[in-house]
Amino acid sequence: MSSKTQIARQFIEAIPHSKALGMQLTELEDGVAVIEMPYDEKLVGDPETGVIHGGAVSALMDTCCGAAVMAHPENPGGTATIDLRIDYMRAAKPGQRITARATCYHVTRTVAFVRATATDEDTDNPVAAATGAFTVEGRR
Amino acid sequence: MKSPRRPPEPVQVIKQRRDATLRALVSGVPYIQFLGIRFERRGDELTGILPFDQKLIGNPMLPAIHGGVTAAFLEVTAIITLSWTYLWADVESGAIDASGLEEEGLPRLPKTIDISTDYLRSGLPRDAYARARIVRSGRRYASVQVEAWQDNRDRLFASATGHFLMPEKRD
Repeated sequence: MSSKTQIARQFIEAIPHSKALGMQLTELEDGVAVIEMPYDEKLVGDPETGVIHGGAVSALMDTCCGAAVMAHPENPGGTATIDLRIDYMRAAKPGQRITARATCYHVTRTVAFVRATATDEDTDNPVAAATGAFTVEGRR
Repeated sequence: MKSPRRPPEPVQVIKQRRDATLRALVSGVPYIQFLGIRFERRGDELTGILPFDQKLIGNPMLPAIHGGVTAAFLEVTAIITLSWTYLWADVESGAIDASGLEEEGLPRLPKTIDISTDYLRSGLPRDAYARARIVRSGRRYASVQVEAWQDNRDRLFASATGHFLMPEKRD
């Protein structure tokens, strides 16, 4: 693992909100990041079904996309979200952890483009998909 | 023969019913409680309030509110405003009995189809506010625009557009 990826990992693991949601970074390399978020009752959005709130999935997606940008070899430093769109394809199964995988597929001098999907244990049927643009910092 | 017109309800009765409905709507969702989001009401207008908290931080170096928290705050404000608007007529007519809400539960909440968030400035370690505008609400789908600000109403730090699937009416 390169030292830049190491720094990115330390940075991501220190984010207070990600910690509050119990996020675990399981993969980080060359513009790809995988982050897992365990099921937790405090994240429920629909008390009747126990389904996790979309907002918690947004937080996971945002963190994962940002991590992928930071781990991209052409991005020298930090990043911030410019915009992020999330499509919710189905409700995540209550009790199951959610895993997001983000790919930073293109980087210009100033902007990084990212795609991500989130799944529960049924990995063939995504729960949500995201596309976003992020800043590229520390260059110009 | 025409029956005499019903006198207007006392203001306390109306307020009590509106506030109880709003409370039931917001307090029933664990994730809203986890983020600490509250709602203030002026007539039918709602303002979402996100008091700053250490656990909402996404960038400890700046520090700034986590982008995911911002997105969630906008989404929560959109969903609550949408449900509130949808319930309003029944609250006003008295068809919704606020005293029974806690036990019977509220009608189902709208489901997010998609939401697109623009990050206009970094979220400062301060309280944040948000208001949603329902652009169009049909029987099945709704389109909602949300804006969030911190110290100045005119300096938005985020805005979002979302599409939602409306709940089916309960019998």
